[in-house]
Amino acid sequence: MRPFEYSRAGDALDAVRAASVAAPSPTESPVQYLGGGTTLVDLMKLDVMRPTRLVDITGLDRKRYGAVEVGDKGVRIGALARMSEVADNAELRRDYPVVTDALWLAASQQLRVMARVGGNVLQRTRCSYFRDTKFTSCNKREPGSGCAALEGQNRGHAILGGSGDCIAMYPGDWAQALIALDANVEVLGSGGARSIRFADLHRPPGSTPQIETVLKPGDLITAFVIPASPVAKRSLYRKVRDRESYAFASASAAVALDLDGDTVRDARIALGGVATVPWRAREAEASLKGKRLDQASATAAAKIAFAGAAPREHNRYKLPLGQATVVRALLEAQRMEIA
Amino acid sequence: MSAAAPTPRANQGEPVVRYDARAKVTGEALYASDVAVKNPGYAYLVTSAIARGKITGFDDAAAKAVPGVVLVMTHLNRPAVKPATFFFAGGAGLSSTAPLAGPDVTHAGQIVALIVADSFEAAREAAHRLVVRTDAQAPAADFGSPGATSVSRAAATKEPDAKKGNALGAIASAAAKVDLKYSTPTQHHNPIELFTTTCHWEDNKLVVNEPSQGVYATRAGIAEQLGIDVDDIHLVSPYVGGGFGSKVAVGHRTALVALAAKQLGRPVKLVASRADGFSIAGYRQATEHRVRLGADKAGKFVGYQHDQSELTDRTDGYNNGGIDNVACMYAFGTVGSVGTLVQADRPPPVFMRCPAELPPMFALESAIDELAEQLGMDPVKLRQLNDTRVNPVTGSPFTSRSLNECYDEAAAKFGWAKRNPKPMSMRDGDWLIGYGCATATYPTQMMSAVARVTLYADGRAKLETAASDLGTGSYTVLQQAVADGLALPVDRVTVALGDSALPPGAISGGSVGASSTVSAIIDACTKIGATLGINGPITGENRTAAFARAGRTPVTAMGEYIPSQSKAKDTSGLYMGKVDIGGGSKGPTTQFAFGAEFVEVHVHSLTREIRVPRMVGAFAAGRILNTRTARSQLMGGMIWGLSSALHEATEIDRRDARVVNDNLGEYLVPVNADVVDVDVILVPETDTKVNPAGVKGIGELGNCGTAAAIANAVYHATGKRIRDLPIVIDKLI
Repeated sequence: MRPFEYSRAGDALDAVRAASVAAPSPTESPVQYLGGGTTLVDLMKLDVMRPTRLVDITGLDRKRYGAVEVGDKGVRIGALARMSEVADNAELRRDYPVVTDALWLAASQQLRVMARVGGNVLQRTRCSYFRDTKFTSCNKREPGSGCAALEGQNRGHAILGGSGDCIAMYPGDWAQALIALDANVEVLGSGGARSIRFADLHRPPGSTPQIETVLKPGDLITAFVIPASPVAKRSLYRKVRDRESYAFASASAAVALDLDGDTVRDARIALGGVATVPWRAREAEASLKGKRLDQASATAAAKIAFAGAAPREHNRYKLPLGQATVVRALLEAQRMEIA
Repeated sequence: MSAAAPTPRANQGEPVVRYDARAKVTGEALYASDVAVKNPGYAYLVTSAIARGKITGFDDAAAKAVPGVVLVMTHLNRPAVKPATFFFAGGAGLSSTAPLAGPDVTHAGQIVALIVADSFEAAREAAHRLVVRTDAQAPAADFGSPGATSVSRAAATKEPDAKKGNALGAIASAAAKVDLKYSTPTQHHNPIELFTTTCHWEDNKLVVNEPSQGVYATRAGIAEQLGIDVDDIHLVSPYVGGGFGSKVAVGHRTALVALAAKQLGRPVKLVASRADGFSIAGYRQATEHRVRLGADKAGKFVGYQHDQSELTDRTDGYNNGGIDNVACMYAFGTVGSVGTLVQADRPPPVFMRCPAELPPMFALESAIDELAEQLGMDPVKLRQLNDTRVNPVTGSPFTSRSLNECYDEAAAKFGWAKRNPKPMSMRDGDWLIGYGCATATYPTQMMSAVARVTLYADGRAKLETAASDLGTGSYTVLQQAVADGLALPVDRVTVALGDSALPPGAISGGSVGASSTVSAIIDACTKIGATLGINGPITGENRTAAFARAGRTPVTAMGEYIPSQSKAKDTSGLYMGKVDIGGGSKGPTTQFAFGAEFVEVHVHSLTREIRVPRMVGAFAAGRILNTRTARSQLMGGMIWGLSSALHEATEIDRRDARVVNDNLGEYLVPVNADVVDVDVILVPETDTKVNPAGVKGIGELGNCGTAAAIANAVYHATGKRIRDLPIVIDKLI
């Protein structure tokens, strides 16, 4: 870890002002926001991120930036809410179960208490070639240096959304719930406040894997807004992993259904553990609309969801596993008993 | 009594609460890195990114410029230091290479510099800023990699492979036979306590605070590297936060920290990172197996041929020493083996819990399950039918053996009779259910030990010996042994362990600790009785009377134990750090502890996650000293066996021969949720021949049957046989 200046922002505009510096992208900026620090501080210890200044935002007004409000029109979740606080919200769990499921199945209790949801959606990849600076090839860490994962140990890497320059997996869980429910993100930047679709927040790696989102340096995520929807109640997050708890997804699916009997009025499918960014399988969703949901239609949808998959040497299993996860999630959501 | 404190059965000791429980729970117990030293310099290791090649230089200006950095030690500026003799050449060295010996790099993660600074953070920053210039060559990383060289194990070690009769001939004409290949991956010990070392010098004497499984052995290795007398080193290691074999042999770090402390004239403290722990303290080497096993129509084995390849380093070629122990499992009739060492650009491996047993037992116990299916026999019956009273290779008798009793008790408790033998026949909703079982074993080994016991007239006693407690309960069972020998309540006995100022104890490795030290304690108590003029066992009455008669001076005795199975003639070598382990399959008697493990696995029919809701293990290991600590240790062994089966594998980038998952986020071990119900049955067994204590070590016993039991259960659940560990979703989907 390199020496850095630390300041604690008392006001969101002050924070944004302090962080709005010239940099190619937020991850490359010398000024970083500090929330729970569960990713950033790790990466600083590993010498992967080397900010010269941290702006601690945990002192911002909690009512304004950390509240969870569930209303008729939807949900608003302040970015400074702790993962554990959102996971424990009873109304959310009743009306938007996928939102709390995805948090409950993420990380450990200690991390969920420390980590804030704003930072959670920006969690950086666990790719070993990115996190260990002794590996010399990582386009995300050192643009232009190559991608060691393509021909290396890539069991945990993405089969969807990758490029010839990066196949690092997006490691989070909660983002799948947000993208499935058409959430929006409220952002405060040097030009004022704006709202963007959560689906537009993350950028696939392409030829610039170091640029992970559409955010600009200084942009501060202040809230997530999830619109009310007939699919929200019949929703769940199914996470498949190598051990029962505290592990990144081998494959996961956030699923939300609006059913008329067994006929699908609306379906949402988002994939985790298999893609470079939070991944919405819209064509798979469309294939189910108006159809009877059963093993056959679920299997067909799962195939469509992975139509563009590009597995490498060690992550081929993610293709059949990802499909099985989607099928399982859809059939289990269908069986959910809803009040 | 509770589940955690089983009611003792015949020849089993009381479940006395851990001697050190309160100290550990309150934080009073100081582990090596907890010990405060005045004004320490903080050390950080720089390890090699390349696996093979030469260091051509260092750009160290930026590292030295970090405020607070006081030393950047490399092979170019280090003080004189020597190699330690390799462990299996009679020394204590993890390898026969010297620390920072020169520009040659023989493996990734080799220590290439030691940085010391006024703060840990500054040392770490400097480590990241130090540029190591290298001339790298393509390494050989794995079995079959270009440049990896194969040598016969027998030729390399001059120890013949196990052989009895013509196994291949017998198998060729057998009515039923299997010929199968299995493999196990590289695995790392990953004790939760990291590899720490704190050194300071007092008047040319070195004080080392470092966790050690064998205080005298570790000290001897450090002395050899530094070229100083063992008596000039005081090694302090009262508590060890897990070892599993990684904290006996001496690597490179300790001597470097000692030299830095000397050069700087201040204490130096190193807490090596979790990542560095993947290259500086050994690991379990990857293995490949070909198992051929033949039986007659009734299921009697007629031949067993087990060929094993081990992936090791180039310098010393550490290996597990053949299949002699595994060959003792059953009445095989004939036995054959070919051992091969594949030497590659890997760090030196070292023993890791059940080193010689876990990999080949996974292969053998899986193959037996496969043969049982071919024979249409129950796999429990097949094993029990082939029980033996003598070592099938040497013919020497077992001192005791209760494998069949273990199977009977464990099968009954588990409900094995409910198993439908047909694969994929049992199901609960979306989950496929499988039952499996396998034999657990560990050779009973002993080494010499000295224990000093002092009895006071007021009915207190003190035990002093440089044994180690890795968290397993050594303090407690040794306290009980002294109380037992002197007829005292346990709370009247204090125990001092883990310090080279104490008499030399047995190491905590090879499961020798309890049997050896308790045997030495028995000798000490006998000597105290003799001094007090007591004939026969000490009792409260004759002890009180003796002190009344002889005066109230405390009586101290040096108890000694030299195993009949070891080559040592006296304890002189022990004082110099020699490890004289004997027993197991070698010698005029054969001595093993056995167990039977049963598991239930659930495999999801769609997504193929593997869960283990239930494990039952029954173990017979001579005298059980304390049912609480024994149960806990065996349970821990079974859980680590589950880990070995389902979770643990060190992933290597084949191009760089470098570990990619060198952290506990990516190198998985089970969490509580993976371990639901573990039932440990302590089967009574009495063995009067094995050692004076009648104890067979249980440190490793629970560990080596689990992987095959799980593999067999996964086959039963899914119809898919996984012969390569770990068993992960990839292989079942």
